[in-house]
Amino acid sequence: MCLGVPGKVIETHEENGLLMGTVDFGGVQREACLEYVPDTQVGDYVIIHVGFAISKVSEEEAQETLALLREIADIESELGPEGGVV
Amino acid sequence: MKHLSEYRDAGLVEGVLKEIRRTVTRPWTIMEICGGQTHSIVRSGLDQLLPEEIELVHGPGCPVCVTPIELIDKALAIASRPEVIFTSYGDMLRVPGSGRDLFSVRAAGGDVRVVYSPLDAVKLAAANPEKQVVFFAIGFETTAPPNAMSVVQANALGLRNYSVLVSHVRVPPAMHAILGSPHNRVQGFLAAGHVCAVMGYWEYPSIAEKYGVPIVVTGFEPLDIAQGILQVVRMLEGGEVAVGNAYARVVTEAGNKPAQELIGRVFENCDRKWRGIGVIPDSGWKLRPEFAEFDAEGRFDVAAITPQESPLCIAGEILQGLKKPLDCPAIGVQCTPEHPLGATMVSAEGACAAYYRYGRVPLE
Repeated sequence: MCLGVPGKVIETHEENGLLMGTVDFGGVQREACLEYVPDTQVGDYVIIHVGFAISKVSEEEAQETLALLREIADIESELGPEGGVV
Repeated sequence: MKHLSEYRDAGLVEGVLKEIRRTVTRPWTIMEICGGQTHSIVRSGLDQLLPEEIELVHGPGCPVCVTPIELIDKALAIASRPEVIFTSYGDMLRVPGSGRDLFSVRAAGGDVRVVYSPLDAVKLAAANPEKQVVFFAIGFETTAPPNAMSVVQANALGLRNYSVLVSHVRVPPAMHAILGSPHNRVQGFLAAGHVCAVMGYWEYPSIAEKYGVPIVVTGFEPLDIAQGILQVVRMLEGGEVAVGNAYARVVTEAGNKPAQELIGRVFENCDRKWRGIGVIPDSGWKLRPEFAEFDAEGRFDVAAITPQESPLCIAGEILQGLKKPLDCPAIGVQCTPEHPLGATMVSAEGACAAYYRYGRVPLE
C-alpha cells in the first residue's frame, strides 16, 4: 500500500475544486489528484500513491545518486574480482 | 521507464553489494520497516546476496497486517448491512477477521467494492445518494493524506452518505515500541521512503539518539535498498548514530507540508491497537471532533465483538522483528494465501506472503 509508483504528469485540470492530472506510467495512463504537489508542471515526474501524487521526483537528486552509485560500481571493476588474485 | 529502470540496474546493485561486503566486519541486524521493501528484498533475493554478517528483519510496515481484528470484524458487520456500499483498498478483502473476510461478505450478497483511490469512494457516494458509502480508511502516513482528502471533499460536496472506518497508524511510535522492547535486536533501520515523503524525517534524529541506532530513509527498488543498507552498515561500523537519506530524489527532511497540514486538519493523535502487537500509545490517528459525522463507527451501531485470533499465528512477533516467517511451523502447511491464519499471509506487504510467493517456504 506504500508502494508509490513514479509517473510523468502529461496534463492537469480541475475537478470539483481539486487539482487533478493525467499521469503516464510508461504507457499506462491514470488520473491522479495533484492537490498535495500544487506546483507540479506538465512534464514533471511524481510518485503516485492510491491515486494521489505525494511527492515530486527530483531529477537533479536522481542523477546525483546514480552518479555516486556508478562511481562505487566503477571502483569495484577497477579493483578487479573480490578476494584478490585467483 | 525513466526513474525505474535505472534503479533496477543489476550491475549497479552488484557494485553496492560488493562495497557492503568490503565494509562489514561483524554481525548486524537491520530492520526494514516497510512491507513494500520486504517484498522488494525477497523478490529480488537481495537478502541472500548480502554478506552473512547482515541479517534483515522485517518490520511492522504492513497496514493491512496491523489493522486490529476488532476493526475488521466491525468492517464485516457494516459491510453486511443492506443499505451499505462498503469500499476498501483491494488488499483488505482477504484479510481474515474472526472466521471470515470481506470476500465472504460479498459472496453472501454484501455490496463490497475495491477502489483504487478514496476519491473513487466519494464519487460512489455522489452517484448513489440512496446508499451509505463507507470507506475502510486504513494505513500509515502514506494513505492518510488521500483518506483525509476524501473526508474534506465529501464535506465540501455536502455528501452526508459518506463515512470512513478509520484505522490509521504512524511509524515513529512503532519504532519506539520496537527499540524500547527488552527483546529488541534491531541495530539499524531502513526507514520507509514513502512515509517519509509525506512526513519528512525530522522526527527521526531524536529516535536515533535515544536508542543509539542509525536510521536511513530508503526507497523501494533493489538499488535503493542496497544503497540504504550500505549507508546503515557504514554508520554501524563507524560507530556513528545519525539519520541519513538514501532516497533524496523523492524525500526531503521537511516532507510534504500541504499533506501534513490536511492530516492535521482532519485527524488527531490517539492510542491504537496493532494486530498481534497490542496497544501502542499515541500511535494512531482518528477523526477530529469537527469531522465526527463522517465516522462510520459512530454512524453504524456495531455491537461489541469478541474477536477470535488463530492460536497458531505468530504474525505479531514477525511484525516486531522478533521472529521471521520461516520460524512459523504453520507456514505453507496450515497457513497459505488460500487459507490464511493471519494477515501477514495475504497482504501484498505481508512478510509471510513474500516468503510464500517467492519460493522461500520449503515444500513438503
